[in-house]
Amino acid sequence: MNPILAFLSGSSLLWSGLFFGVVFGVLLHRGGVSDYNVIVKQFLFRDFTVLKVMFTAVVVGGVGVFLLHGQELANYHIKPATMLAVVSGAVLFGIGMVVYGYCPGTGVAAIATGRLDALVGFFGMLVGAAAYALSYDWIAANILPVADLGKKRLPELASAPEWVWYVGLVGLAAAVFALIARVERKRGSR
Amino acid sequence: MTNYRWNPYLVGALIGLLSLFTFTLADKPIGISTGIAQAAGACAMPVLGAEGVAQNSYWAKKAAPAWNYGSLFVVGSFLGALGSSLVSRSFKVGSVSEVWSERFGPSVAKRLGAAFLGGAVLIFGARLADGCTSGHGISGSLQLALSGWTFFIVMFASGIVTAFLLFGRNTKA
Repeated sequence: MNPILAFLSGSSLLWSGLFFGVVFGVLLHRGGVSDYNVIVKQFLFRDFTVLKVMFTAVVVGGVGVFLLHGQELANYHIKPATMLAVVSGAVLFGIGMVVYGYCPGTGVAAIATGRLDALVGFFGMLVGAAAYALSYDWIAANILPVADLGKKRLPELASAPEWVWYVGLVGLAAAVFALIARVERKRGSR
Repeated sequence: MTNYRWNPYLVGALIGLLSLFTFTLADKPIGISTGIAQAAGACAMPVLGAEGVAQNSYWAKKAAPAWNYGSLFVVGSFLGALGSSLVSRSFKVGSVSEVWSERFGPSVAKRLGAAFLGGAVLIFGARLADGCTSGHGISGSLQLALSGWTFFIVMFASGIVTAFLLFGRNTKA
């Protein structure tokens, strides 16, 4: 079930990390999501770039990884659903993302476009990460074990075959995109 | 100002394709915040000492400061965005964006203070949840991970509430 994938290893793996990162950085910038205004306006529903980028990435990547996994060309890397930690982390993340104006990746990209607020926020991120590391023992003992459902995937929650979930994913994305298009058309004609 | 931007659906599709390459060739999902935690460990060394960082169970187990795939991915993201902004001539030094100044005024100190605090809260949340917009939001969701979708939905809801509380009034509709 878990084939050892060793297409890249050693120093070529390191170089691939740098290279894939470069591609990711170019795409974040060209997608417009390294712009403070674009990110904050998404949360105010005045701009839908972030949702467009993320949902398309999830659909294309999702269907692709599903097919590759079927051919034993890709492993799943599922993070544990430690529900208390994921939910409270996501709440903090949403607050931080609006106040900072970027997420970790787009913040790094925004520094590279000359944004000093992104750079100062990056120093904030270093402090926040250090604070987490220093409180990790307590969190690992008291927060992470609460409502820990393990490395669950959505298809394990219901007995429908896997491909049905991907059809659902594509359908969900199509519905979201159609809704966005409708809102944008309405606003454009105002 | 927006002429450097590509169609967001095209960009999203390319990020999706990129994850096919990272999954298959490198056996890694796309992710950023672990790399930043590694950088924090590196920066903590002068304060806590290399020993102190090495003995911290989080840095030791989850984000050892080192040049590896994940930390180089973050460096690459910086370089890619830098190259892209220079080539497209959209590189511009500044710190107060319109949405912020329309609501909170042009004060640079205010904006930078908020960015610092926001960044700290953001990454603390990302570490607590064990992922960020890329690790959970994109990579987790595309694998239909329960953790990824939970994060995606809760993060968005929290961001919407925060955005409307902070920016809901005094901005151009």
